[in-house]
Amino acid sequence: METLMTITAGVLFTVGTYLILSKTLLRIIMGMSLFTHGVHIMLMAINGLKRGAAPLLGEEAESYTDPVPQALILTSIVISFSLTAFSLVLAYRTYKEHGTDDVEQLRGQEND
Amino acid sequence: MKFSDLILQTAAKVLVFIIMTFSIYILFAGHHNPGGGFIGGLITASALMLLYVAFDVETIQEIIPVDFKVIGAIGVLMALLTGIGAIVADVPFLTQVYRYVDLPLLGKTGLGSALVFDLGVYLAVIGTTMTIIRSISEDM
Amino acid sequence: MSLLHFAVLLPFLYTVFVPLFFKKLPRVHTGWFVLIVPLLLFVYFAAQFPLRSGSAPLFQSLSWIPSLGIRFDLHLDGLSMLFALIITGIGFLVIVYSIYYMSKEREALHNFYIYLLVFMGAMLGIVLSDNLMVLYVFWEATSVSSFLLIAYWFQRKRSRYGAQKAMLITVTGGFAMLLGFLMLGSAAGTFSIREIVAMKEVIVNDSLFIPAMLLVLLGAFTKSAQFPFHIWLPDAMEAPTPISAYLHSATMVKAGVYLVARMTPVFGGHMSWFWIITIIGIVTLFWGAFMAIRQFDLKALLAYSTISQLGLIMSLLGIGSLALHTNYEAQAMLFSGAILAAVFHLFNHSIFKGSLFMVVGILDHETGTRDIRKLGGLLSLMPVSFSLTIIGGLSMAGLPPFSGFLSKEMFFTGVLTAYQHIDQWVVLLPIVAWLASVFTFVYCLVFVFKTFTGTYRPERLDKKPHEAPAGMLVSPIVLATLVLVIFFFPNLISYTLLEPAMRSVLPSLLQPGEVFEVDIKPWHGFNTELFMTVGIVVMGSLLYKTYKKWSDIYYNLPRKFDFNHMYDKGLTGAERLSARVTNFYMNGFLHSYLSYIFTFVIIVVGGSFLLQRAFAIDPSTNAVIEWHEYLLAVSIAVSSGFVLFVNSRLTSIIGVGAVGYLVSLLFVIFRAPDLALTQLVVETITTALFLLCFYFLPKLKTEVVRIRVKVSNLLISIGVGTVFTLIGISAQSTNPFKPISHFFLNSYELSGARNMVNSILVDFRAFDTMLESVVLFTAGIGVYTLINLRKSRREKR
Repeated sequence: METLMTITAGVLFTVGTYLILSKTLLRIIMGMSLFTHGVHIMLMAINGLKRGAAPLLGEEAESYTDPVPQALILTSIVISFSLTAFSLVLAYRTYKEHGTDDVEQLRGQEND
Repeated sequence: MKFSDLILQTAAKVLVFIIMTFSIYILFAGHHNPGGGFIGGLITASALMLLYVAFDVETIQEIIPVDFKVIGAIGVLMALLTGIGAIVADVPFLTQVYRYVDLPLLGKTGLGSALVFDLGVYLAVIGTTMTIIRSISEDM
Repeated sequence: MSLLHFAVLLPFLYTVFVPLFFKKLPRVHTGWFVLIVPLLLFVYFAAQFPLRSGSAPLFQSLSWIPSLGIRFDLHLDGLSMLFALIITGIGFLVIVYSIYYMSKEREALHNFYIYLLVFMGAMLGIVLSDNLMVLYVFWEATSVSSFLLIAYWFQRKRSRYGAQKAMLITVTGGFAMLLGFLMLGSAAGTFSIREIVAMKEVIVNDSLFIPAMLLVLLGAFTKSAQFPFHIWLPDAMEAPTPISAYLHSATMVKAGVYLVARMTPVFGGHMSWFWIITIIGIVTLFWGAFMAIRQFDLKALLAYSTISQLGLIMSLLGIGSLALHTNYEAQAMLFSGAILAAVFHLFNHSIFKGSLFMVVGILDHETGTRDIRKLGGLLSLMPVSFSLTIIGGLSMAGLPPFSGFLSKEMFFTGVLTAYQHIDQWVVLLPIVAWLASVFTFVYCLVFVFKTFTGTYRPERLDKKPHEAPAGMLVSPIVLATLVLVIFFFPNLISYTLLEPAMRSVLPSLLQPGEVFEVDIKPWHGFNTELFMTVGIVVMGSLLYKTYKKWSDIYYNLPRKFDFNHMYDKGLTGAERLSARVTNFYMNGFLHSYLSYIFTFVIIVVGGSFLLQRAFAIDPSTNAVIEWHEYLLAVSIAVSSGFVLFVNSRLTSIIGVGAVGYLVSLLFVIFRAPDLALTQLVVETITTALFLLCFYFLPKLKTEVVRIRVKVSNLLISIGVGTVFTLIGISAQSTNPFKPISHFFLNSYELSGARNMVNSILVDFRAFDTMLESVVLFTAGIGVYTLINLRKSRREKR
């Protein structure tokens, strides 16, 4: 399961990177979003999967899943949410200002 | 954007109450069960979002005349102040304390500064999410 | 946190209130409110006086970064005391002066006083901290505040140029000094100056001893404007005159002198320490005095004079350090006289130079110019300023009955001692010192007589000159009075200020309980020093009279020796080089930058992964896979691949959303209910945002990309994916560290929460969560600003 999940994460990394390298702002943002998902899956997988009950002491189980990566990922989800929201609005506004969402055309020239 | 869908509006009125109740439950359940400030805040925000979709921005603005930026700022400030409270008590920044109290109806309940902190996070999430959504939808 | 710490931090804390005073009480000059800070501090330090006489220095400790051995320890001994009194005392007078100098209607006073207070606190920090790292932090803080103050009138090109020059030179030196400190720290195993001094024997034999010495000296020389780093000081005169009086003559430029004095117990006694400091000091003394004569701007003249006087103090510290040399044990007391002369002259210089700068400020204020070609004949118009100039100027020239005379004589004693006890050719030392003093005498005459005597030419002045208001005269009068008082009663400060300072420079020379003998007398009989002074007066007057005949040498100086020229050349060269390097790879295409980053990641991470042979795979501990889990993995792969190939915005957004929802399903399988819930809601809101924005973004086009670029993109993304997958698999298969998770099983006892994830978020790692909500909030404000900024601009149109 862990290996399978790591490979799934690898697929997300590959697709994410390819999208980030494209020209359209929307694609770049979607690429970042996919990349984040990959990171989350990998963080979980590295730690070992299905090793016990959910990390709630109320479960009164023998063993629990490691709560540390979960806390990390929870933080990461929120951060990536803010990042996505901000970049989306940035893309939106860029388009309104410059009439294009192609980063090649948005290239900053010297002294302008 | 302006929709006027009677079914959606009627459903939204009911749903919002259910979602809101659920979100508050989630906020307080967070200590022992899945949930917490973030998720609670996000659910509240999505309930408000539903209202925006069902009605229009101006109407909602009249019903809920709050500046969500301020809500967000209050939230961040609350989280910060619990931390500073720890410094005042001469323990490291953000050390949380808790007590068990017997409350009427609820029985023995753990109350702690962590709850205040989580409440801060909750408000920060609502404030921010709504600020983003409002800004975008007002601009459209 | 002791009172001493509070004293250092008070100026910093007080800066918060300065803008309030400026904005809310514009009627009252902000300076009046600021005045209380140096006053309180001066009183505080002066109250520590009884502690000084022979007893142990005041030491206060405060932990700062204990894991790195950095403690915010403060140490008030004789040397620190002398400096602290100069910093707060002159600071007080300068602020009084600035109240009349800086117009409250026209100037941005809040900035001015904030910078000034930051400087004051930082300077106190330098002279009081016992820890080298803390000292360094304050050291750079003075550089920064000096930068801001020089560029106070930032509308002027010269101000910006001067500020940048001062910043570049002093910060470069400061950085060298930091390296030196690190070397010292590694040799001694501590950053505490007291402990380093105690471990002198170990450090002397360390291989880093000489490099550390050179680097520390580089810091001191750049800060104290020693030759050839002196070039920044004349340009720093673009600062408002109170600042020149305070930072660039009385205090900040003496930080280098302080450092040398502070480090003397460590490095002193080594021959190279003596030679470097003495020679650089003497050369600076000569060059500064020589160049001062040709200046037309009174402030530039004083700047060169400051350079020269700092050189004098430096060379005295160099000579005095021989008192710690084993070969000169018999003459130790003779050499220690040079240290006394150094601290005494340091004190004298601060008071007479401070008053001279203030007089120049007055002249500038009342006549509208500082150019001596335009000035002249002001004697009858500004008699008080004239008297102040006479006192300051002649004290600087080293004539009786002014305090400068006393320290100047002691300086001659110092160089003569060096000559008598070292070598024959060291006779050059007194000779150069004498020549430099002749030039000093000449520029003092230029300063006094070109300004106040001669013909009065009102047509060249912008304003009609008259005597300054009383408030402006108070501070220079106080300082000038001190100059006179110190001459007649030098022993007022000899055991209270000078001897303790001397003792902290040469601590090992005395047995506990002993004190240095300090008896300063104006009259020593007819000795060499007196004849040297007489020679200076005769020769100097002669040169002053014949100035026109020999002034040509200034214009025949080879351009090669112009260090300003070299500095400018170096700066433009460095700028051109970095522009060329930058333009080589910064082509403005986001695609190129991202490609660099990803390629670099693949090469560095993947390369070291290969080289370390870190790959490992161990599927034995893997959990069993159910059929629906295969299905989930495949669905994630398919829906993400789907995003690659479709050209419809809506479809690709749905694809991304599908991946998000599938991931939240995975979290359910992974036994992470919190994550699953959060991911579910976040995905919903994100998709809604995507849809909101997509509505207004253009349609996705099939990207026309050259096949070469396509292939390189493909290779890069496959590379990134492969490297991370391999690392992930290896990380999963090896367990070099023990997990810390069992700690969180106690979450109920420790934080009263049964949900471990939540207890980590709100309690154990609450700091992360707090900053995270700050990030979230910042993003929200960012979005709000982005949209409303545009709206308001649109409305304007």
